Parts: sequence; structure tokens; C-alpha cells
Amino acid sequence: MDSNVVFRARALTKVYRMGEVEVIALRGVDLDLYRGEFVVLLGPSGSGKSTLLNILGGLDSATSGEVIYADHDLVRATERELTEFRRHHVGFVFQFYNLIPSLTARENVAAVTEIARAPMKPEAALELVGMGERLDHFPAQLSGGEQQRVAIARAIAKNPEVLLCDEPTGALDSTTGIVVLEALERANRELGTTTVVITHNVVIAGMADRVVRMADGRIAGSERNRERRPPSELSW
Amino acid sequence: MSVLDRKLRRDLWQLRGMVAAISLVLLGGIATFVMARVTHESLAETRLVYYADQRFADVFTSLVRAPEAVAERISALPGVDRVETRVVAPVNIEIEGYGDPVTGRIVSLPERGEPLLNVPWLRLGRMPAPYADTEVTVSEDFAAAHRLEPGDRITAVIKGKRRQLTVVGVSLSPEYMYAIPPGAMFPDYERFGILWMNRRALATAYEMEGAFNDVSLTLRRGTPPRDVIDALDGLLARYGGLGAYDREDQLSHRFITEELRQLATMATVFPVIFLSVAALLLNVVVTRLVALEREQIGTLKAFGYETRDVLAHYVKLVLAMVSIGLVAGLGAGLWLARGMTAIYQDFYSFPYLHISLEPAVIFQAVAVTLLAALAGTLLAVRRAAALPPAVAMSPEPPPVYRATVLERAGLQRRLAEPTRMILRDIARRPLRAGLTVLGIAAAVGTLMITNFSRDAVGWMVGVQYVLSSREDLTVLFTDPTPRRALYSLTGLEGVEHAEGFRSVPARLVHRQHSYRTEVEGVEPGAVLQRALDADLHPVPIPAEGVILTEYLARDILGIEPGERLRIEVLEGRRPVFEVPVAGLTRQYLGVNAYMSRESLNRLMREGPAISGARLAVDPVRQDAIYRELRRMPRVAGTVVRENSIRQFNEMMEESILFFSFVTAMLGAFIAFGVVYNSARIALSERSRELASLRVLGFTRGEVGYILLGEIGLLTLAAIPLGFVLGRGLSAYLAASFTSDLYRIPLVVQPSTYALAASIVVGSFAVSAVLVWRRLARLDLIAVLKTRE
Repeated sequence: MDSNVVFRARALTKVYRMGEVEVIALRGVDLDLYRGEFVVLLGPSGSGKSTLLNILGGLDSATSGEVIYADHDLVRATERELTEFRRHHVGFVFQFYNLIPSLTARENVAAVTEIARAPMKPEAALELVGMGERLDHFPAQLSGGEQQRVAIARAIAKNPEVLLCDEPTGALDSTTGIVVLEALERANRELGTTTVVITHNVVIAGMADRVVRMADGRIAGSERNRERRPPSELSW
Repeated sequence: MSVLDRKLRRDLWQLRGMVAAISLVLLGGIATFVMARVTHESLAETRLVYYADQRFADVFTSLVRAPEAVAERISALPGVDRVETRVVAPVNIEIEGYGDPVTGRIVSLPERGEPLLNVPWLRLGRMPAPYADTEVTVSEDFAAAHRLEPGDRITAVIKGKRRQLTVVGVSLSPEYMYAIPPGAMFPDYERFGILWMNRRALATAYEMEGAFNDVSLTLRRGTPPRDVIDALDGLLARYGGLGAYDREDQLSHRFITEELRQLATMATVFPVIFLSVAALLLNVVVTRLVALEREQIGTLKAFGYETRDVLAHYVKLVLAMVSIGLVAGLGAGLWLARGMTAIYQDFYSFPYLHISLEPAVIFQAVAVTLLAALAGTLLAVRRAAALPPAVAMSPEPPPVYRATVLERAGLQRRLAEPTRMILRDIARRPLRAGLTVLGIAAAVGTLMITNFSRDAVGWMVGVQYVLSSREDLTVLFTDPTPRRALYSLTGLEGVEHAEGFRSVPARLVHRQHSYRTEVEGVEPGAVLQRALDADLHPVPIPAEGVILTEYLARDILGIEPGERLRIEVLEGRRPVFEVPVAGLTRQYLGVNAYMSRESLNRLMREGPAISGARLAVDPVRQDAIYRELRRMPRVAGTVVRENSIRQFNEMMEESILFFSFVTAMLGAFIAFGVVYNSARIALSERSRELASLRVLGFTRGEVGYILLGEIGLLTLAAIPLGFVLGRGLSAYLAASFTSDLYRIPLVVQPSTYALAASIVVGSFAVSAVLVWRRLARLDLIAVLKTRE
């Protein structure tokens, strides 16, 4: 395997059985993710992009095919191995932030760094996303954009190999969304973390190294941007 | 079926675990309430009917001997309604194949027709035929203990004369519902029996022809018993009257009254605890449940449902949840009440049972439950329904948390994030945490009461029979006997030590207070019978003056050491004298007055006489000594200490302990209900948070720690509080059970604490396992996608 490939997915399928109905979410996906690249995964609802992300992140298992991360095969991993994988190698950012309301910004980050192997200091991670001034605020005291930046800090603080973001700006207005994207961009640039952002907002594709389009459970296209546009130039 | 009703049905199914846990607690509350109330009322009602049917007398007395003509003078006393004179004789009974000494009492029946008063209730066979002189009926408990049936023969020794008697019937009497042998504290059905026999035959055998030695009478409506008692005592003084007393002092009546009073207390204490916990739990659960459905409420309103409809929907949901526990509780309560009343019926020899089920009892149970449930629901639903639909549907803003006092005090560094989450969650909703703690503490408390009765009884027996009454056998003489009779006792082979005592029935009077009891003259330096002080050290019997049981002195007579007590003897020449109270003694069973035997003899103006003796014997020879004793004509009865202890334990076993056992079971229900519901609700409230942590790489164990750590911490906090509560409840019960019959000491053994705590910890463990299994099924993806 090319040493620059972080993830390699081959013939990945996912079938959900809901009662008597079978829903095919992925129909044979082949995808390589390279070290340090910033990928935007575009696609309409139901195109399978979230399913793909969940499988890459060890939240869900594939029906068939393989996903190789380093030397782990995630499709055949046990529950315990998946937990281990999430704990040490992946950072997640969700649409609804999912911060722990009873922990401060610093503690939300620390909750993760304490179980990680070679983490940053929580303060440094928060500094990186521009939240260095609000370390001891509880989620209830932060705006949506601020909460999302704390969530990003929490995701990157463990120094993960890959950062997976599912609609990170989905719940935010455009101005706040851009601040959040800047934080993601900076983390990718300064830490070299492979970053995958799911969105159905085409504008965001402009800031990516590579744009992967999904439709109907398949990769519909993959193109490399000639240059990454800074998030501040984006607007929607 | 409307859509909302369909939702209701599915919600109920979804919530089945919680519904079950709530139902369990409710079942406990309602069942105890119904059981205790129905049992109490049925027994009270049955007794009333039984007394009326069998014409239970109002005033009783016994005397040495009076000619039958005196009966008319008694009838002529103002206020007296009906009078019945009887011959009542002590008897020694011999039963084939039974080695222990058996004593009893033979009560005369009129030659023809029913007695006027205290009519025995025939259970089996028939009453003695007119003029039959060898036929008897026997009391049911005694008959049962020896499997006596009509047609069986027994031998009775009356005044030293042996007689063959034929059992023709088995009967019960309101007079002997609780039959206690003379000198004992408890019933002993094997060794003490009541026999009924025609008057002429009994009078002949007991040398009472044309005379009587027992009177019972009823009063005209509105007559105070005191006046009649005084007049009767005056009239019978020259016939050796032993002092009349009213129902309140009739031993069998006293015991049952006391028991009913205890039952009434339990019928209040336990249901109050159980129903309040159930109400509390219901309230918490419903509030949380509705809060979780905030979005759904908003959605329903957005569709055009009115607040009223939404309210009605949740009220229905709660009623459905509650009705299961309610119905099951009523059923279980009635079933337990039947069991309980049957036990009491057997214990007290009621011939029949009037199960009294007042609709008010059920109505109260239903009202309390519904009130608790609806209060919680209405409040919570109104809060949710008051929000505009758009706000209700949008995700709730993150709840506000603060650093806790512990952390601000500088402990922050030592606590990992999960632990901080636990602490902050508790601190954020102190009321809810407090209620949870209170609920668990109530469970600990109820569990403790159960074992407290066991501990207390053990302690009472220990003090009474190990420290105070240390004899192996007590011998009672038929009449006061010269002290030298002791030599014939010590002369028996195997008797190691004998101490005589003089026992005199008397009325103790101080100011307006009086009490009827025995004054016991103890040999100076006695070692078999000892009075104990508050620290349970022996108190020497003073040469002059009297020592009183603490409770008798302080609570009944209102007298303190140093003051003078008036003693009106109710035997012999009936002397009246005053003596100083020399000291107090601690005693849990009965109340007594003790003085030196010599000084009592002097005050009675008699020689060195004794009423009986306490013996220490060689255990190997004990059986042989029994046999020797029963051959002695003056011996009226023999009490074996070992038997007394066993009977006491059996008595407690049957009444208090059964009740306690039931409450313990229900206490365990409460513990489980509170703990499981708290954990389960926490899981649904925080599933999103916990799933996020799982996604971030936390293991199931780590996430479980956060969830269960909180409820575990609350459980731990509740245990000491429950100990305090349990001790308080025990103290309350002990205080309310206190009477002259017995005082229950506040003794709670470490094992009682340990047991209560371990049952609660056990409930936590079971809940933890159940919640843990749910934690495993936490859907990581779904939880992250949707906002609750």
C-alpha cells in the first residue's frame, strides 16, 4: 500500500435491513484517503456519504468489502478494537457539536486527551481554534459557533491521524460557519491531519484539496482543486 | 382508536421496564396500606362482635370463698346489670404419653343452659350434658397441642384428688383468647389448658358446694366501672376478695388491645413511608418523562392539538402506568390481609372472622396515588405545553452547569472529567438528587425496622432470662406456704439451689394514679431472681422499701425514689401500708414491685411464708424433678424457663415478625424501584451525551461509570441517611409499642445495618446490570444524528 494512503476502502457495501425492506446505502465504494489532505465529500441526502464516514470512523460496520487503516481491517474488527481505534486514531466533529454540558470547554477537551496516547495540551488545542480566551466556560455559556470550535479542539487534541466532520456547519449561519471552517483549515494545515468534511453545501468544496462526489451509494466523481481557497473567501 | 391512543399504547410498551419498577413500588405502598388497615379493622370488628355474641363481662374478680347467697347482694349493687358466679379451680392435668407437667384451670358451667356471661363458643362436639359429672370441654389451643378430640380421656388432679374426665367438646372463650399460665408471661398451649365442667361436679371436687370463688358481671349503660369495683371489693372483702378489675385489666383483653394498638401504629407508619416514596418516585419519573417528550409535545401542538389535548394524553399515560400498580397493590393487599388476619385469628383464637373492607380504605389508597401521579404530570406537561411549538421543537439549549464546591475548594486536579461530570450533574439538580437519596434512604429505613424487631426481641429475652430470671424452674404453691417447705424442695435429688418468694396481688397507689400488679417479696441476696438497674447491673433488694420497674414508677404512678407509695394488698386480711420507693429497676417484660421477703411478711402480718420458689437444677435431673413436683399437692404450677423463652420467641415470630417480613419484602421493592428508575431515566436523558463519549473512544466501562457512578454515589449517600432514618423509625415504633406489658428497647445490631445496606446495594447491582445491558445497545449513529 502506498505509504501516503491513510485509508483504503475497496468494494465497500452496506445494506441496512429494516424489517422486510433492504436499504442499500453503499454499493461498492473504492476510495483512498492520503496523508494530510483535506477532502470534501459532497452529495445529496441519502447518497451514502454519512454511512461511508461512519464506517471509516469505526461507528458502523460494512456489510462487505474492506477498509484498511494502517494495518487494521475495520470491517473485521471487534467492538473492542473499534473503540480502541476511535480512541487513538480518529477525531470526530458533529453537526450538533455533542459537547458534554456538564464539562467546561477545557474539560471537554481534557476528557479526550486523558485517554489518548500523545495528546496536545487542551489549552493549546483550544488556542488553535481561537477559543483560548474561553477555557472555563460551560457549553451553556457559548454560542453555537463557539461550541463547534470547542468540538473541533476536542477532536484534534488527541493528534488523530484523521479528522472526520459530519456537516460541521450544518447548524450554523454563514458567518459563524466560516469561523468554524477556518479552525478546521488551520488544524489541517498546521497539524497535517487528514481531514474529511461531509457537506451538501457546494461552496465549501472550494477550500478542499480534493472533492469527492457521492450519489446513490457510489462515488460519482473525484476531482482535485487546483488551489485551496481560504474559507474567508467563501460565502453562502 | 385515535392516533394519540395508539402512541399511548406504544409508549407504555416502550417504557415497560420503568412501568414495572414504578408498579412494584406502588404495589408495595398500596399493599401494606390495605393489608394493615384491613387487618386492623377486621380484628377490631371481629372482637367487638365476638364479645357481644359471647356476652363478655365488664368486671371480674376472684375470691377465696363466698356462699351463693352473696350473689344476690352483688346484683343489688348500683350499676350492676347481670351477675354470674362461678367456681374456678386450678388443676393438674395428666395426658397419656406427655411427660411435662401440665396445669390448667377448670371453669364451672351452669348445670343447665348457657352461662349468662363469658359464654364459651363451641367449636367441636358438645357442651357437658346436664348433671354429667365427668364431662368437660377443653380450650381449642390446648386440644390442638395434644390432639384431643371428643371422646378422649384425660386425668385431672383437683385438690389432690384424681379424676378421669371425658372430653366431649372443644371450645373457645373471649375470656381466654390469650391464656397465660399463672406466673408466666406468655401463653403455653402445651402446658396450660382451660377446661369447662358442670358446676356441681366441680364444686364437689373443689369443696365449694353452695359457694363460689369467681364473679363476673356486666354494667348498666353509663356506669363507671370504678364505682362498682369499689363497692364489690367492699362487699367481698370478708370473703377473701382478691380485688375486682374491669376489662382494661383483664389479661386476655389487655394483650389483644395492645396488639391492635401496635397494628394500628404499623398501619400508619409503613403505608405513609411507602406511599410517600411511591408518590415521590412517580412524580420524578413523570416529570422527567414529559421533559424528554418536549419535542413531541411541540410537534403535536404544531399540528394543531390544543394544550388540553396534550395534557389529557399525558394524564392518560400516567393513569395507565399507575393503574397497574394500583390494582395489583389492592389485590396483593387484600390477599396479604387475609393471611395476616388468619394468623391473628389463630393466634388469638377468634372463632370466626369478620373481614371488614371499608370502601374508604380503598378510596384513600386510590386518591393518594392519583394525587401524587397527577400533580407531577400536570406540572410537567403544562411547562412543556406552555412553550410555543417552534421553541419546543428546537433542541433544548445545553443545560447550565457550574463547578461544584468540592472543585472550587481545590480538589479539581484530583478529579478526572468523568467524576466531575457526576458531581456537577448532582449539583445541578440538587432537589432531584435529594429526592432520590430520600427515596433510597426510606428503603434502607424500612428494611432496618424489620430486623430491629428481631434485635429488640433478642435483647429483651437476653435481659429477662439471662440477667434477671436465672432459675431453671419456678414452682408456684396453691396457697402461701411456710418457708420451711423449701427444705422439701432442696431435698429433691438434682435441685442445686432454691430461693423462696412471696407474691401478693396489690393495688399500688400514688396520688390519683393506681396500678394493679404483684408485689414480689424476694429473698435478701437472691441470685436466681435479680432486679437490674439502668446499666443492667443487679440492684440489691433493700431491707426496707420497695423497688419499682422504671416504667411503673415514672409512666404509670408518677413516683420517684424517696417518695412514699401506698400498697393496698388484695389478699388475705387486705392490709394497706405505705413504704418508701427505694429504687428503680429496668425490666422489659411486665411491671413489678419488689421488696424483701422478710419485710413483706412483716407488713402482711404473717410468719415467714412463701408463694413459690425458684430452683436451679442439674439439667440431667430436670425431667425427674418435674415428675416429683407434680406429685406434690401444694404445687399449683411449674414454669420452665426454657419453655418461656421458646414461647416468647414463638409469639413474636407469629405476630410482629410476619408483618416485618412482609414490609421487608416491600422495602426491597422500593429500593429496587427507586434505583432502577433513576438509572433508567438518567440513561434516556443522557444517552446522547454518553453516545458522544462512546464515539470519542470511551469504552463501555468508562461510559457506564459516568452513568452508574452518579446513582451509585447517591445510593452510598443514602445509606447513612437511611441508617439515621431507620434508627429514628425504630425509636418511634419502640416508643409507641411501650406499655406495661412490655417495653421494646432501642437495640439495633450492626448486622441489621449491614443487611439493610446490602439489600440496597444489591438492588443497585441488579439495576446496574439491567442498565448496563441497555448501554450496550446504545445506537451511536442514531443518537448523533437527531437532537432529542
